[in-house]
Amino acid sequence: MAEAIIFYTLAALILAFAVMVVTVRNTLYSALLLAADFLLVALLYASMNNLLLAVIQVMVYAAGIVLVYVFVVILVNLKRPPEQQPDRGRYRPIGTILAAAVLGELILITATGALRPAPAGGAEAVGSVENIAMELFTNYLIPFEVASMLLLVAMVGAIVLAKKEL
Amino acid sequence: MLVAVTFMVLLERKVIAWVQVRLGPMRVGPYGVLQPIADVVKLMTKEDITPVRADKIVFTAAPMIALIPALIVFAVIPFGPVVSIFGREVALYITDINVGLLYIVSVASIGVYGIILAGWASNSKYPLLASLRASAQLISYEVAVTMTLVSMIVSAGTMSMIGIVNAQYQQGVWYLFAQPVAFFIYFVGGLAETNRAPFDLPEAEQELTGGFHTEYSGMRFALFFLAEYANMIVVSSVATTLFLGGWLRPFPNIEALSFLGIIPGWIWFLLKTFIWLYIFLWVRATLPRYRYDQLMRLGWKVLIPLAIANVIITATVKVLV
Repeated sequence: MAEAIIFYTLAALILAFAVMVVTVRNTLYSALLLAADFLLVALLYASMNNLLLAVIQVMVYAAGIVLVYVFVVILVNLKRPPEQQPDRGRYRPIGTILAAAVLGELILITATGALRPAPAGGAEAVGSVENIAMELFTNYLIPFEVASMLLLVAMVGAIVLAKKEL
Repeated sequence: MLVAVTFMVLLERKVIAWVQVRLGPMRVGPYGVLQPIADVVKLMTKEDITPVRADKIVFTAAPMIALIPALIVFAVIPFGPVVSIFGREVALYITDINVGLLYIVSVASIGVYGIILAGWASNSKYPLLASLRASAQLISYEVAVTMTLVSMIVSAGTMSMIGIVNAQYQQGVWYLFAQPVAFFIYFVGGLAETNRAPFDLPEAEQELTGGFHTEYSGMRFALFFLAEYANMIVVSSVATTLFLGGWLRPFPNIEALSFLGIIPGWIWFLLKTFIWLYIFLWVRATLPRYRYDQLMRLGWKVLIPLAIANVIITATVKVLV
C-alpha cells in the first residue's frame, strides 16, 4: 500500500514536471525543471530499491547532461531572450510528426507484448553493481564498446566544430 | 555540523592570522572564541537585498541548491563502526548503501547548480563570469577526482564507505600509503572542487569583486558560506575514510599499539578530519592563486591522465597480485 502511494505520487509529480518543462516560456526554467524531473525519476528508482540506477540517473542526467544545457542556455540567452524569437510555431509540423511516431511506437510495443517482464531475482539482485558489470562486460560487451566509440566520435566531432583552425 | 562550520570560519581567520603573524579576532570572548556567535547574529539580522533585475525565484533557490547537497552527503559518511553505548547498539553512520561512493559523487555534483544559478540569477557581470569559471573548474576536476575514486574502488573491492574502511583494516594498510598518487590527485582535486586557494579563482577579489555571490547579502550569503565550508568538511571526511582508514586507530593491526584503542573510533575520525581541514587552511595561507589557464592545464593535462594511468596500474596490480 505504502509502495503504491509512493509510486503514484512520484509518477504524478514526474508527469507534472515534464509537462511544465515543455510549457514554461523561460528556457532556463525549462532546463531546471528537467533537472528536477530527472531527480524525481531517480527517487522513483530508489523507491524500487535500485540504488545504483538512481545514483547513475542523478550523476549522468540530472548533474551531467542538464548542466550542459544550462550552460548553453545561459550563454545563448545573454544575446537574445526567448520572447524575441521569431515565429514560435515554425516547428509545429515536425513536432506533430515526431510525437505521432513516438505514440505509434508505444502502442506497437504494448500491443505486441514486447515489454518483457522483469527477470526473476528481484531488483536488489539485478541492480547490484557486480551483476550489472558482469552482464556489461560479458554478454553486452560489443554494444558497450560500440557505444563508447560512438561517444568518442561525437566528442571528436564537437571539438572539430568548435575549433575550426587546429 | 552547522556549528562546526561557524567555528571553521573562526579557525580559518585565526590560522591565517597566525601564519601572517597577526592575532586574528580577539574582541568577542577570550581569544575571540565567541566570534562565530556574533557573526551568525549579524548575518541573520542583516538586511537581505534582492537586486531589482535579478530573477527572484532562481535567486532565492540558488543558495539552497548549493547547501542541501553538501549536507545530505553526510548520510553515507561513517563516523565510526557500530558501538554499544550503555548496552545499546548504536551505529555511528546514518546508512550504509552499497553504492556509497557513487552517491557522494552524484550528490556533490548537484551542488554545481547552486553556483551557476547564483551567477545567472544575479543578472550582473562579475557573478556570471565567476559562476562560469567556478562550474568549469568543478566539472573539470570532478573527472580527475572520480577517476581516483575508481582506483580506490578497485583496490577496496567495494563502493560502500564502511566496506572501504574494513578493507583497509583487512589489508593492514591505510590507502594513503598504498595509493599515494590517488591521494595526491584527490587532494588537489578536493582543493579545486571546494574552490579553495590556490584554486579560488571564482572568488578572485582582484578580478571579480566577490565571486558568484557578489550580489548576495544577509542570510542568503551565509548559506553560500555554509555550503563552502560544509563542502570542505565533506571532502575532508571522505578523504579520511578513503585514505586514512576512517575510524581506525593508527596501525590497527599491530597488537603492541592496542592501548590506542582506548580512544573511541569517532574521536580518531574527527581528529583525522580536523588535520585535513587544517591543511586546507594552511595551503590557503601559504600558496598564491593559480592563473586560470594554468588551472585548466593542470586539471586536464596533468591530473586526468595521471588519474587514468593510476586506475590502469591499480587494476593491473590487483589482477596480478
